[in-house]
Amino acid sequence: MAERKVTVTSEVGLHARPAATFVQTAAKAPFDVMIAKVDGPPVNAKSILAVLSLDVEQGDFIVVSAEGEGADELLDQLVEIVSAP
Amino acid sequence: MGQVPTAPPPTLTGTGVSPGIGYGPARVLVLDVPEPEAGARHDGDARAERERAEWALEQVAADLEARGARVGGEAEQVLHAQAMMARDPELATRTGELIDRGVAAPRAVFAAFGTYRGLLAAAGGYLGERVADLDDVRDRVIALLTGRPLPGAAEFAAAGSGMGVTTPFVLVARDLAPADTALLSPDAVAAFVTEQGGPTSHTAILARSLGVPAVVGCTGATAIPPGVPLLVDGAGGSVRLSPPAHEVARARRVARAGRAVLPAVSSTQVSGSHLFRRGMTADGHAVPLLANIGGPRDVESALAYGAEGVGLFRTEFLFLGRAAAPSVAEQAEAYRAVFEAFPGDRVVVRTLDAGADKPLAFLPPSGVEPNPALGERGLRLLRRHRDVMNVQLAALAAAATKTSAKAQVMAPMVATAEEAEWFALACRTAGLASPGIMIEVPAAALRAADLIGAVDFLSIGTNDLTQYALAADRQVGSVAGLQDPWHPAVLDLVAATASAASGAGKGCGVCGEAAADPVLACVFVGMGVTSLSMAAPALPAVRAALIRHALAQCAAAASAARSARSAVDARAAAEAALSRT
Repeated sequence: MAERKVTVTSEVGLHARPAATFVQTAAKAPFDVMIAKVDGPPVNAKSILAVLSLDVEQGDFIVVSAEGEGADELLDQLVEIVSAP
Repeated sequence: MGQVPTAPPPTLTGTGVSPGIGYGPARVLVLDVPEPEAGARHDGDARAERERAEWALEQVAADLEARGARVGGEAEQVLHAQAMMARDPELATRTGELIDRGVAAPRAVFAAFGTYRGLLAAAGGYLGERVADLDDVRDRVIALLTGRPLPGAAEFAAAGSGMGVTTPFVLVARDLAPADTALLSPDAVAAFVTEQGGPTSHTAILARSLGVPAVVGCTGATAIPPGVPLLVDGAGGSVRLSPPAHEVARARRVARAGRAVLPAVSSTQVSGSHLFRRGMTADGHAVPLLANIGGPRDVESALAYGAEGVGLFRTEFLFLGRAAAPSVAEQAEAYRAVFEAFPGDRVVVRTLDAGADKPLAFLPPSGVEPNPALGERGLRLLRRHRDVMNVQLAALAAAATKTSAKAQVMAPMVATAEEAEWFALACRTAGLASPGIMIEVPAAALRAADLIGAVDFLSIGTNDLTQYALAADRQVGSVAGLQDPWHPAVLDLVAATASAASGAGKGCGVCGEAAADPVLACVFVGMGVTSLSMAAPALPAVRAALIRHALAQCAAAASAARSARSAVDARAAAEAALSRT
């Protein structure tokens, strides 16, 4: 199981365009991808409604995790999306 | 929700707010899809029912995506995000689970959306605003599953692009939101009819600026069956269903004759010179007549009606329906397009006026506002989001340097002298030499002498000034009777403002819808108002009224109106004073 912990620096958090890009990227994976706020339950990272409902704002600390071939590359891409200004 | 439509009577009446005759088939925006009955079960074939739900979700997603691609730009992003909601895997799972337990597909979809609806609404702010997007997707899916017509965004998309529209239609809705109507094209819409709203509602203002006839406050309008031909009288306020051909022909003839009269009056009064286009009283006192515009698309109409410039350039069109503020370059290009249409003339740009009834996703207020008209809006919001204002000022400064138009900037919703000074400093720092402020708050009108020192001009927004003076919400139809700029209290506030401006040797315009009333326009001029700005189609009538009356007569009308005790008496007194020779 691969995992990344990262602080969200995107100005609008995981709302609006970054949320859409994040979900679309996760959705390409053939395996499950989860996202959680620290201390929060993980939710399906391929679900725009679940990701929006997390209400991730700039400065929040999140955990993304996945298991499968290519999981590390995918998680790196997701980290990049939430780290963009 | 969900009442059985009954056949409406052959003629409905409301308030005519944008003159003209419109005729075309009704396109009814059904914004309410009834909630599927709680306990509704399917016939036992869970698999078939699941497939039906999946089909409907996918149909809606594909439709939203296709319309997004057709519209393009920021609207495409919004529609694309909605398509993602329809294709959401968690939503599909929840819907499927409910169907497996026997729940009918429409109810299952409704309940599955409901989970997320609650979460988003509880989060508030940006996410809270997404609830409307989510509801729209939900209603589309349920409409499809229950064999109802789809909710209305298709009409907006068709009206915006002009695609697929061969005959202009009459757009019928409960109400129209600014974000919806920003995309409409006047060529596709013959008239607007809404159940809610008053003379200063967004529908009314939009209709006047597009030159499209409109009737608001028309009870029962959304029960009109789609496709029924409607004859709309935007002055008289009647909406005739399935009129006989001779009635349509007669109405059109009368409308044409009415249009022909006004230019004839003014061109005989000021024989044939270029002065035809300059606003002035009978004794030659110049009153520039300017147009209110909502973007470059209104420029053509402003020029056609002889506007001597722009007194109110609303800039919200650049920001509506977007996730982030547009760049300096994009804004500058839009401003330049307007400046270049008015070489040598004044163009007064109002900075972004968000908040209250015009919320923007990226400019959230600091908290919940139980009374948004009294909350963080206009300049108040810009002070919290200075980056947005500074980008706009920079874009305006850039656009202004490359044009011969007299570009000016003003801020909305200024209440205090300190706010006026703060805005003026921000403008001058950005390189904009001639800042002004709007007077919409009674406090600012009463103490206009304190505010004017910091700025070059004042511009009175009569819609908000009336709303705040009479404590009558512009969006609430039941208090529309109080929304009357003829009320002597409003006239006193206008007079106080004009007098403070003239005492300081500065200009004071009126840019509210009240300036479009030819009699009230004379009264304002009589109080010392120096320019009038209005929806372009109103310019010929105001021009004709001014040229018939001397300044002293306008002053007498102002004095008579302010001596009255009610709006009705004020108007009658002013009309009497103006008809004396």
